[in-house]
Amino acid sequence: MADDAIRCDACPVLCYIKPGRTGACDRYANADGQLVRLDPHVVLERAVSRGDTVVPFLEKSREWGGALLSGEETFVTAIGAGTTYPDYKPAPFIISSEVAGVDMVTVVTEGIFSYCGVKLKIDTDRHLGAECSTVRAQGEAVGHVTTNEYGSQMLSLGGVRHLTGGSRREGTATCDALLNLCNRKAVELKIDDGATVIVQADKAPIVDSVQEERMRVGCGSATIGMFAKQWFGKVDEVVVVDDHITGVLSEHQAGKLLGVPESGIKLKGRRSTPGRYFRVAEPGTSWGGTNIDDPLSILGLFDRKVARRGLRLLMVSTTGEHHAYFELDESLHPVEKELPAALRESVERIRENCEPALCTVLFMGGAGGSLRAGVTENPVKLTHSVRDALTRVTCGGAPVYVWPGGGITIMADVSRMPENAFGYVPTPALVAPIEFTLKLSDYATLGGYMDHVRPLSSITSINRDEESRRRLAARPDNPWPLTSDKSREKNGQ
Amino acid sequence: MLPDGLRLHMHDGPIDVIVEAFGAVSEIEVAYRAAAARFVGVLDELCGELEFLRRRACEDGDLPSGAIARRMLAAVRPYASRIFITPMAAVAGAVAEEILEVMTSAAKLSRAYVNDGGDIALHLAPSENFVVGMVERPDRASLFGTTTIESGDPIRGIATSGWRGRSFSLGIADAVTVLADKAAMADAAATVVANAVDLPGHPRVGRVPACDLAPDNDLGERLVTQSVGELTPGEIRDALEAGILVAESLCGSGLIRAAALNLHGETRVVIPVETGLAPSPSAAVHDRSLIHA
Repeated sequence: MADDAIRCDACPVLCYIKPGRTGACDRYANADGQLVRLDPHVVLERAVSRGDTVVPFLEKSREWGGALLSGEETFVTAIGAGTTYPDYKPAPFIISSEVAGVDMVTVVTEGIFSYCGVKLKIDTDRHLGAECSTVRAQGEAVGHVTTNEYGSQMLSLGGVRHLTGGSRREGTATCDALLNLCNRKAVELKIDDGATVIVQADKAPIVDSVQEERMRVGCGSATIGMFAKQWFGKVDEVVVVDDHITGVLSEHQAGKLLGVPESGIKLKGRRSTPGRYFRVAEPGTSWGGTNIDDPLSILGLFDRKVARRGLRLLMVSTTGEHHAYFELDESLHPVEKELPAALRESVERIRENCEPALCTVLFMGGAGGSLRAGVTENPVKLTHSVRDALTRVTCGGAPVYVWPGGGITIMADVSRMPENAFGYVPTPALVAPIEFTLKLSDYATLGGYMDHVRPLSSITSINRDEESRRRLAARPDNPWPLTSDKSREKNGQ
Repeated sequence: MLPDGLRLHMHDGPIDVIVEAFGAVSEIEVAYRAAAARFVGVLDELCGELEFLRRRACEDGDLPSGAIARRMLAAVRPYASRIFITPMAAVAGAVAEEILEVMTSAAKLSRAYVNDGGDIALHLAPSENFVVGMVERPDRASLFGTTTIESGDPIRGIATSGWRGRSFSLGIADAVTVLADKAAMADAAATVVANAVDLPGHPRVGRVPACDLAPDNDLGERLVTQSVGELTPGEIRDALEAGILVAESLCGSGLIRAAALNLHGETRVVIPVETGLAPSPSAAVHDRSLIHA
């Protein structure tokens, strides 16, 4: 074709599309020589011709070989909806949409959360810092180290005391760190007397410049339990080095059951129960989350009465990342040798069983009285309605966990929200999307702003300023707030 | 499934089909599975013979190999000796027809329709009927009329064509809706009648060679309508009359059963008396009615 038409390869029709024109499907277009997905606005006009309502282009949406979803399944998230503070005015968009004959209402607002923060789960066995240590961003205190969970270190960042209770710089640094984490950007955090860690939602943590790869398969004791059978007969003694509980095969219940004889090994640290030792070394970023580089440094001398020359010893970390193999010489000193092939397999197996290490970021915030007032004239009724499960709360379309007890305190996984869903105000406080979805009749009952309810079509068709709206593919793993149970069942066929 | 939990929506490349079946729930499920299974290969099957299907149809000569392609050719052949027409003029109707046939042979349904972008294939068990709504302008979804199709009528296909629709038109009709025995027949006929609603050489009708808009279009150098300016009542009447002549001749030969022609808000219908069809100019939308344009 001797012109500037382009060949669309989106489907086997392989249309030649001239600049400014669409292909046979009306869904792909040539925009200045670039093949682009069509502006949904144009789809809107065409879709009406097919007796259908608006068809947002949702890829890989559901069953039926890529069938499009349309109309009522357009869900308006709160991102960019705007708000005022305090929320004395009705929420910017109160949208109704008919789902399987039931009029549903979504009250879409952006909440200003001065009571908010993030809970960070960092999958690592490395020691990041002592519990309660201060976590800093840009040198300012933005949170603290909290509990150690199975294979992960939890950090709690933000909260009203860092945001508005400290210095101006502290508040700004906190807000900045929260905003970036919630928008899935990388943030460098320095823990007092601990590690420097770079965290980003859904990415592996980078601890003191080392990218974490795997979570440990279990603690040292659990690892002994899982692999004892595979080691039995191939090696005489195994030590799984772990900052939490270091396991010793011959003394461990799992070894006893198999009949593994005593080896005369002596572990440093404090014995908890047989074969399980606490504090064999100091916490650190090396072997099994300890500070040791030489595994023999956690061993005492072998018992001369029990140990024998040639005894085979495997030492391995809980991720399989560190390992060493020794045999005892005539003076009963361990001498490092090459790992036999039979044991290499078991070390590989430990690695295989370790899941990829990730950072996960949960946004946590409380919907205060004034935000609720943007939804209804009688704010406490909204709280009750959420409690009674009549109202579903979502954050940028993502599901939330609503804490039991008073108020509406929620947690949501930022990786399930659209990108850049969060904003901030100079208070400082985060601006987060929050949607309340309920039946139109229930909305009236709880004192909703019935005269401000707009049908979904008015958002998608009357306001034709596409620039001001962003259309995104729905995440299939997010519960679609406006889908009736009936159609969800059908989709699940 | 569409959010109403009742209709099946299938989409592949330029093909966009909405299906609804009525009957026992288990039968509907069987029908939808059959429809989905058949739909998977449709686009590839058509694209495999696209070059042939974009060429002018001949009254005799080679047959394409695909079942849908054969339906397309059969639907346009009656026109082949008199005018330029390619099997593509019946593609949407032929796809609808094929999907409907697969569904009705797989399951026992009281009623069903397959709506392929406004070209619709119908199934009606005895004593069932469909209420059909018609839209003149795709960008203004209001009905200009409804009609009821009974199981006793021979009509099982509905199609609409016009220059505002998705495909190019040589004429100036906003919408020509045709009722025929089969969807592919209706599709081809709607194209032919819409092309005939015309004011050749009129200065306020903007026309562009089809290949300037879409280089690989089957219409090639032919001028397709891109804009229609203000027309006098006389011009509107003349254009509609030209279309009605064609529609009446198609009715006479049994290629179509009825047609509704719309231009600038003026609607004319062609209905042979013996069919007993009576369009009601009501704007009321019945439950389960089909809205198309």
